[in-house]
Amino acid sequence: MKFGIVTFPGSNCDYDSYHAVADSLGLPAVYLWHKSTDLQGVDVVVLPGGFSYGDYLRAGAIARFSPIMQEVAAHARAGGPVLGICNGFQIACEAGLLPGALLRNANLQFVSDTVRIRVENADTMFTSRCEVGDVLRIPIAHGDGRFTADADTLDRLEGEGRVVFRYVNEHGVPDANANPNGSMRDIAGIISEEGNVLGLMPHPERAMEDLIGSADGRRIFESLLARVSA
Amino acid sequence: MSRFRVAVHIVPRKGILDPQGKAVSDALHSLGFDGVSDTRIGRHIVLHIAAPDAKAADAQVREMCGRLLANPVTEDFEIATVESA
Repeated sequence: MKFGIVTFPGSNCDYDSYHAVADSLGLPAVYLWHKSTDLQGVDVVVLPGGFSYGDYLRAGAIARFSPIMQEVAAHARAGGPVLGICNGFQIACEAGLLPGALLRNANLQFVSDTVRIRVENADTMFTSRCEVGDVLRIPIAHGDGRFTADADTLDRLEGEGRVVFRYVNEHGVPDANANPNGSMRDIAGIISEEGNVLGLMPHPERAMEDLIGSADGRRIFESLLARVSA
Repeated sequence: MSRFRVAVHIVPRKGILDPQGKAVSDALHSLGFDGVSDTRIGRHIVLHIAAPDAKAADAQVREMCGRLLANPVTEDFEIATVESA
């Protein structure tokens, strides 16, 4: 399975994502330049974290129009897996690959921390190696992570099992203090209707080795590996 | 074609938490402006565009707002002014 990691001007987690795939998992990975229109036959596209186009206008708003994103959207429409991490989640929402939007953190601060997220649906290609209720410790680093959507959209996401991760406290329970950005319904990550696009604010690619604090991010990549290779 | 200067206001939609606006409301209250009940902080965009007439300029900018300048999920926009430039 080959991973393609998109580099936009201002991406800064593309190297971390490459490291996660190529070094931690030992899988083939290539960088995909934002001006390219060639996905190079990759199976999985990673939209990495960072500040694409300087977050001008709104986070992710400009990146969505880059040439590579037209190919990423076509890949997603054809059922190809897309993993949008942090700025990648913002881009996926702006591109209409996922519903909702990510707004300024409710406390107006950039939050850099390690959070706990609970697996709400283990029947996805991104969580098949998890159980519902598993709590993963994953770093976050963002200023615009407050997931926002109208009530109907939120109800539909919940009803269809598309809320994949929720921020929780040390007891595995959502509470206002455990929610780092004021996201509606403590939502940390969602999937698309077809289940092949995951967007999440936490950074699983920065949690691949115990040495750096947590290896829980591997579960997401290993799930993908199990499902896509199957 | 004529040239127009179009100004657009984009603000967080009513009902969506605007933490910047809330912080500013609180600051205004502490200054004694007790009458302030809501503050919304958005952005003001000024565009210079070519269009056959003011109506067409207005329509173009509305389309720009729908597709890029405003996020239809969270923001409302209004065309503040369309002037000959």
